[in-house]
Amino acid sequence: MTDAGTDAGTLHAITVLGHDRPGIIAETTARLADLGLNIEDTSMTLLRGHFAMTLICAGTATDAEVEAALAPLAADGSLTVTVREVPHEEPAHASGSQWLLSVHGGDRPGILSGVAAEVARVGGNITDLTTRLAGDLYLVVAEVALPADADVAALEAAVRATAERLGVGATLRPAEADEL
Amino acid sequence: MSATHDRLAAWTEDELGVTGRVLDVVRAPAPVLSTDGGRVDPTAPEVVQLAADLVATMRVSPGCVGLAAPQVGVGAKVFCVDVSEHPKARTHHGTFVFCNAEVVESSRNEKAREGCMSVPDLTGDVKRASRVLVRGQLPGTGEEVEVRTDAFEARCLQHEIDHCDGLLFLDRVAGAHAVYARQTYL
Repeated sequence: MTDAGTDAGTLHAITVLGHDRPGIIAETTARLADLGLNIEDTSMTLLRGHFAMTLICAGTATDAEVEAALAPLAADGSLTVTVREVPHEEPAHASGSQWLLSVHGGDRPGILSGVAAEVARVGGNITDLTTRLAGDLYLVVAEVALPADADVAALEAAVRATAERLGVGATLRPAEADEL
Repeated sequence: MSATHDRLAAWTEDELGVTGRVLDVVRAPAPVLSTDGGRVDPTAPEVVQLAADLVATMRVSPGCVGLAAPQVGVGAKVFCVDVSEHPKARTHHGTFVFCNAEVVESSRNEKAREGCMSVPDLTGDVKRASRVLVRGQLPGTGEEVEVRTDAFEARCLQHEIDHCDGLLFLDRVAGAHAVYARQTYL
């Protein structure tokens, strides 16, 4: 990836979702490369066994051209592909602090929404999120950027109170990197 | 404390007898950062100068606790460290420079999030030994020294030795979702 690529033409947000099998990424990226698209940021994982990938790509192709190029992926109905032009976003230059929120316990509705509401209440921004359901165990792991003036102790107490009400446990730990 | 501990703790860049220059720190994807640095003659004048330059550059870089030769554009196995002011340091040996260093023993892996001046926009979770025995040579005299250390100094030494071997923390991240865009800019 080059800096020049970031400024090159249109940005497309592409999602590919559906039945997992070997070769989806190879096929998708080959078709994008054929269009001269530069793949910038990508996130892919399996969600309850479903293939789930989001890519931000830059290039001169139009949304319609990208959709047409990726259409064969969705032809048999096992995958859903979406393509949407998105604006260039400047990375946030936050001056606050970075935290890791872990919540786990017995599965029930409202765990993620409950703790996310407390984070939002203090102006916190969730920048990475994983949830997993494994048997009866429900797990939330969230990277949280808090503004410089956030009351971390109050947020921790609020998250713990919410977790307690829902019968789960929560921890909020600093996630600052050590500069080496 | 051992003689080695005392020797390193007493070491300062004044021993080098030359004035260090502040050099520019290079950033990935500079090829030098991904190239195995050559072994050096620790008594060679250019290595002694490089050692002084590394310490001088580390000193003027806020929060910097270590710097390796590839980070100033020189593919060589030389680095400096100083974790003495860092809150996560337990055992430490102040400022010192090692040439041709290698990890001799390591144990007790721990995961922590690392940042690097040469990769300013990303951080990553890296598992490293929290107890190490590292062998290296001092610039100038060339004497061989073994340092046994732990915690933050152990992590720092392994990070710098990796630089000398052409490895970044990106080569050791704990998983596909263990790399993060930096949220806070220094």
